[in-house]
Amino acid sequence: MEQVKSFYETPSPAGLTGIKAWLLTHDHKRLALMYLWAVFFWLVLAVFLGMALRLELMFIGETIMPPEIYNSFFTLHGVIMIFLFVIPAIPAIFGNFFLPIQIGADDVFFPRLNLFSWYLYMFGGLLAVISLFTGDGFADTGWTFYVPFSVTTETNVSLTVTAAFILGMSSMLTGLNFVTTVHRMRVKGMGWLQIPLFTWSIYATAWVQILATPVVSITLVLVVLERFLNIGLFDPAKGGDPLLYQHLFWMYSHPAVYIMILPGMGIISEIIPVFSRKAIFGYKGIVVSSMAIAIAGSLVWAHHMYTSGMSDVSVFVFSLLTYLVAIPTAVKVFSWVSTMYKGSILMTPPLFMSLIFIYLFTVGGLTGLVLGAAGTDIHVHDTTFVVAHFHFTMFGGTGFAFFAGLHYWWPKMFGIMYDFKKAYIAAVLATVGFIFHYIPMFILGMQGMPRRYYDYLPHFETGNFLAGFGGILMVIGIMLMFINLWASFRVREPASADPWGGTTLEWSVPSPPPLHNFVEEPKILEYPYDFSGVLARAAKNKG
Amino acid sequence: MEKAIDKTGVKIGMWIFLYSEVLLFGGLFVLYAVYFHAFPEDFALGGKELNRIFGTANTLVLLISSFTVAASITAIQQRRKGLAIGLLVFSLLCGLAFLINKYFEWGAKFHHDLYPNSDLLLDSDPGFNIFFGLYYTITGLHGLHVIIGMVLLAISLVLVARNKISAERYAMLENSGLYWHLVDLIWIFVFPLFYLVL
Amino acid sequence: MNEHESEHILPYGFLAQILAGLVLLTAVTVGVSYIDWGFLNVPIALFVASSKATLVLLFFMHIKYEGMVIKVSFISTMLVLAILISFTFWDVAFR
Repeated sequence: MEQVKSFYETPSPAGLTGIKAWLLTHDHKRLALMYLWAVFFWLVLAVFLGMALRLELMFIGETIMPPEIYNSFFTLHGVIMIFLFVIPAIPAIFGNFFLPIQIGADDVFFPRLNLFSWYLYMFGGLLAVISLFTGDGFADTGWTFYVPFSVTTETNVSLTVTAAFILGMSSMLTGLNFVTTVHRMRVKGMGWLQIPLFTWSIYATAWVQILATPVVSITLVLVVLERFLNIGLFDPAKGGDPLLYQHLFWMYSHPAVYIMILPGMGIISEIIPVFSRKAIFGYKGIVVSSMAIAIAGSLVWAHHMYTSGMSDVSVFVFSLLTYLVAIPTAVKVFSWVSTMYKGSILMTPPLFMSLIFIYLFTVGGLTGLVLGAAGTDIHVHDTTFVVAHFHFTMFGGTGFAFFAGLHYWWPKMFGIMYDFKKAYIAAVLATVGFIFHYIPMFILGMQGMPRRYYDYLPHFETGNFLAGFGGILMVIGIMLMFINLWASFRVREPASADPWGGTTLEWSVPSPPPLHNFVEEPKILEYPYDFSGVLARAAKNKG
Repeated sequence: MEKAIDKTGVKIGMWIFLYSEVLLFGGLFVLYAVYFHAFPEDFALGGKELNRIFGTANTLVLLISSFTVAASITAIQQRRKGLAIGLLVFSLLCGLAFLINKYFEWGAKFHHDLYPNSDLLLDSDPGFNIFFGLYYTITGLHGLHVIIGMVLLAISLVLVARNKISAERYAMLENSGLYWHLVDLIWIFVFPLFYLVL
Repeated sequence: MNEHESEHILPYGFLAQILAGLVLLTAVTVGVSYIDWGFLNVPIALFVASSKATLVLLFFMHIKYEGMVIKVSFISTMLVLAILISFTFWDVAFR
C-alpha cells in the first residue's frame, strides 16, 4: 500500500499544532483517543478504589480505613465505574473511532458537537473530583443516590449528582451524533443489512442513550431541588413517595445496563467471525436481538425494586417481562458459539478475551435470572450475590469486551502490534483472579452477607479473604495487560493494514487511518462478513 | 467545504434533541400522573388557587408567538428579511410577556404564602403541598426553557439581520423555531394539568 | 438522499388558520373546565391538549412534511413516554 499521511500528521481543522491540534480537533479519531486516555485514567483509579474496598473487607474489623471513608469509597468506585468508565468506554472510544469508518464515512455528522461532548465528559469528571475535596466529603450514598438518605446526608451529594447530570448529557449527545451519522452518512450502496454488527450495536445503544438519559437527568435535578428547597416530592412526611424516586432512577439505570453491555456484544460479534474465518451465524438474528434488547430492556426497570414495598402485581409483571430480555441475549450467545462451530479458528489475544467474555457473561446472565425471579430475589436481594452478578456482567462482560476490543483494534488505532505472550498471561491472570474474586461473593450472598457493609460476622471471613486474594490477582493481571500495551509504544513493531484478516471497512484502510479515513472509494461487500476474499488471499500466500 | 450541508440530517439531529427534552419533562409527568392518582381532591383544591385568566393569557401568548415564529420561516423562504425580523422581534416580546406574566403569578403565590417549604404548605394536606411542589418544579423548568428558547431566537434574529440566515441556509432559524414550538407544546399540556383540573 | 429535501413553504394564511384553530381549542378547554364532567374531566382536557399538540406538531413544526425517520422516531418517543407512565401504574394502582 502506498504511503499516506496518517491522521496523527494531519490535524483537523488544518493549521493547528501541538496540544491545540488535539484540544480543538474535530477529527473523530483524535477525539476517540482523547476519550481513551481519560477513560484509562478513571478505570485505573476506580480499580484501585475497588481494590482498597476488598482489602478492607479481607479481615474482620478495621483493616485499612474507617467506615466513613469506606462508604465514600464504594460510592466513588460505583460513580466512576458507571458514569466515567462503563457507559462511555466502548461507545465513546471505539464507537467514535470505528463507527464512521465501518460505514464508509469520513467523520461523524456533528464533529463540533462531538468535541463538545468530550468537554462535557471532562467537565463532569472534574466536578466529581472537586466534590471529593469540597463540602463535607464525597457522597456516601452509593451510586444509586437513593432518597431519603441522599437528601438528608451531610456529604456533598449535590455536586456529585451534578457531575452525573453533565456526564449523562455528554453520553446523550454522543448518542444523538451516532444515530444521525448512521442515518445520513452511510456510504452509497450500504443498505441497513450491510452495516457491520458493531455499528448496529452502537446504533441500538445510542437510542437508549437518547431516550433514557433525560429521565435520570430530571431525577437528579429533583434530588438537588429537594436538598436546597425541601419541596417534598419524595418526602413521605410531605405527601411524597420515595418509591417514585426508585422508579424514575431505574427507568434510566436499568436501560443503562444495556448501554453498557450492547456495545460489548457488538465487539464480540466482530471478533468471533474474523478469527473463525467464517460468516457470523445469524447476522439478522443478532441485529434484531440488539434492537430487541434495547426495547425490552426499557420495560423491566422495576425488577430492582422487588423488596422495596411496591405492589405485588408490579412484582409479577416486571418479573415476567424480565425473562423476556433473556431471550435476545441468549440468541446472541448461541450465534457466537455457532459461528465458531466448524470454523477454522485462529487463536489470538482478542479472540481469547472474547471467549473469556462469553464464559463470564453467561455466568452473569444466568445468575441474573436468579435475581429476575421474584421468589429467589427476595432471598438474595441486596446481598453480595447481587454485587457478584453485576460484576460478572459489567466487568466480566463489558470489561473483557473492552479489553478484547482494545487488543483487536490496537494495531489499527496506533499502527503497532503488542506482544501476544504477555497479553495471554495477563488475560489468564485477570480471569483467574476474577473468578476467585467474585465466586466467593455469590456464596457469601447466598449465606446472607449484605452488600455495602463495612464489617461482618466471623463465618463470612474465609469467603471475604478469598475474594480479596482474587482481587489482588485480578489487579495484577489488568496492570500487566496495560503495561504490555504501553510497551508496544517502545518496541513499535509496525502492524499492517489488515493484521487479522477482517472484512469490515476499517481493515481496508491504512493503520493508522488517514485524516479522511479512506484512500480510495470504499468497496462494500454484499454481505459484511464474507471471508471468501480473505481465505483466497491466505491460500495464495501459502502456495 | 467540499460537500453541501445535509439539511435533513441537521433536522434529524435537532429532533432527537427534542426527544430528550420531551423525556426530561416526561419524568415530571410520571410524577404528576402518580400524585394526581393519589390525591385527586387536593389537586382540584390546588388548581382553584391558580388563576385561570393568567393561565389562559399565557397560553394565548405562547400560541401566537409559535405562529409568528412559523411565519418568520415562511418569510425567510420568500426572502422577506424585514418581515422575518419583525416577526422574530414580536415572538421575543411574546416570550418576555410570558415571563413577566409568570413573574407576577409566582409573586402572587409567594404573597399568599404558597411557596416550597412555606408554613402554610407544611400545615396543609400532603397532596396540596405536592401539587404546589410539582407546580413550581414544572413551571420553573418550563420557564427556564422559555429563556433558552428566547436566547436561541435572539441569536437567529442577529444572524438574520447579518444575512447569515437566508433563503438558502436557514437551519439555525428552523431549529430555534422547533425548540420554541417544543416549549409551546409542553405548555399546552401543563396548562390544563395545573390550571383546569377540577 | 434527496427525496425529502424539497422545501415546503407554508402560506401565512394557512398558518393563521392553524393559529385560529388553536385559539378555538383553548377556548373550548377553558370553557368546559367550568362544568364538572365527573370522571371525564381529565380525559376531555387531555384530548383537547393532544389535539392542539397535534396541530402544532403537524404544521408549525412541519412534521407532516418530514421523512419517515422523524415520523417514526417521534411516535416511538411518545410510546416510550406512555410506557414509562403506564408501567409505573402497575405499581401505584395496585398498592
